[in-house]
Amino acid sequence: MREELLAIIEKNSRIDFSELAVLLGAKEEEVLKEITALEKEGIICGYHTLINWEKTSIEKVTALIEVKVTPQRGQGFDKMAERIYNYPEVRDVYLISGGYDLLVTLEEKTLKEIAGFVSDKLSTLDSVLSTATHFILKKYKDHGTILNEKNHDEREVITP
Amino acid sequence: MNKFLSEKVTSIKPSGIRKFFDIVSEMKDAISLGVGEPDFDTPWHIRDEGIYALERGRTFYTSNAGLKDLREEISNYLKRTQNVSYDANSEILITVGGSEAIDIGLRAVINPGDEVIIPQPSYVSYEPCAVLTGAKPVIINLKAENDFRLKPEELLDAITEKTKVLILPYPNNPTGAIMEREDLEKIAQIIREKDILVMSDEIYAALTYKEKHVSITELEGMKERTILINGFSKAYAMTGWRLGYACGPKEIIQQMTKIHQYAIMCAPTTSQYAAVEALKHGDADVETMRQAYNQRRRFLLNAFREMNLECFEPYGAFYVFPSIKEFNMTSEEFATRFLREEKVAVVPGTAFGDCGEGYLRISYAYSIENLKIAIQRLKNFVEKLRNE
Repeated sequence: MREELLAIIEKNSRIDFSELAVLLGAKEEEVLKEITALEKEGIICGYHTLINWEKTSIEKVTALIEVKVTPQRGQGFDKMAERIYNYPEVRDVYLISGGYDLLVTLEEKTLKEIAGFVSDKLSTLDSVLSTATHFILKKYKDHGTILNEKNHDEREVITP
Repeated sequence: MNKFLSEKVTSIKPSGIRKFFDIVSEMKDAISLGVGEPDFDTPWHIRDEGIYALERGRTFYTSNAGLKDLREEISNYLKRTQNVSYDANSEILITVGGSEAIDIGLRAVINPGDEVIIPQPSYVSYEPCAVLTGAKPVIINLKAENDFRLKPEELLDAITEKTKVLILPYPNNPTGAIMEREDLEKIAQIIREKDILVMSDEIYAALTYKEKHVSITELEGMKERTILINGFSKAYAMTGWRLGYACGPKEIIQQMTKIHQYAIMCAPTTSQYAAVEALKHGDADVETMRQAYNQRRRFLLNAFREMNLECFEPYGAFYVFPSIKEFNMTSEEFATRFLREEKVAVVPGTAFGDCGEGYLRISYAYSIENLKIAIQRLKNFVEKLRNE
């Protein structure tokens, strides 16, 4: 049940327990128990909403920042990652294989704020060797969802 | 003009589905639960392979039996899913959908006067295809109390000296019924004793919700007397690609290939390349879709229970087949009024045989959001009828 449950609520976290129970062919209290366990185990970490900000009048700039760092003795990259993710304006931090080490995403109101973060905070950290900042121009698909998708049923209304 | 027409063809009734379609298409804002095809798009990697085949200029005929690669992949697929071995060279024919395989399969084995046993409710094309070959269709009216499974005594009653073929349509459209191994064992025993051929239409084989589908070809002595029909439409959401296949004894496949060669040439080339990709890398897509169908199936059955609408639990395909006998109207009256008054299209059970009277076929090849709206309207309608 766990895998199927997670697959459903990953796409629709607002679904209620009774409906979840029907879809999974389980009892409502079983679903409730499972979700409580998943939250406790830190498998479910939050319930977010996917927003297409481009359709609002609110200005947002998103940047992907590639960061090269020197790993710390005994702690590898974890210590550096922590120093970076503790900044509240940082949205995601991933350890990456390949040409650089950490991928940091940042969301701010203006380009200037992002520039400020990179030059004043990120670059000045001792172990940061270099950074490369990429700005997102347009979002086509986010979290598996195609933004601006037209939902039209192409099928004939009755088929055998 | 009528004097020019074939009597055999004019004797065939047009599909009951078509008639209903004409009413629905007049209505602009109706929502439909009448579709017999997946709502999913063909998975992208499969479409991409079709596009790639076009880009490379693979726009020519393939061999009559179909691409060798595809036949080999089908052979592998049947081996890994049903543990049945078919020789890619002589026992597999690629057709234009499962429908062509039904047509030419019957044409390859029927002599005028032979009897074809057709359990109903079932897909609309078996009976007319049988009639066109000059066969006499013998209908078995399946019963709701048996969950629309074929029972050995029903089969025995239908068999005569002239019986040539039994059509075995499971998992079933329109009822969603399946046949489990023990059901099939009993049928297979009769088939072997009476020396009859089976045409097993397993187009929904990948979509079952209890145990894994069992093919009658898995049972002892049955592969050599069965024409197995399957295809890509339902499992991989590829209806418009028109691609299916038939597997069977090489003598039958050889004759079928002859008809196919003269009538069709070969199945669409683009579709064949896409289908190779589907079989190689599509298992996970099928599982994702199967899981979604299963959730919707549970959702509908639960909704019927809540509104006290009688419905047996179907374990296959993507249909439910609730009974509307309590309302004392025909399936067609119910469906027509439901469409006019609540603007939801469902297919009357009678489109799939006379014994579908008193039932509706409701498809769950729709998103849960759509199903919710439709179910609310069904609830309103049922309540209104109960208060009349």
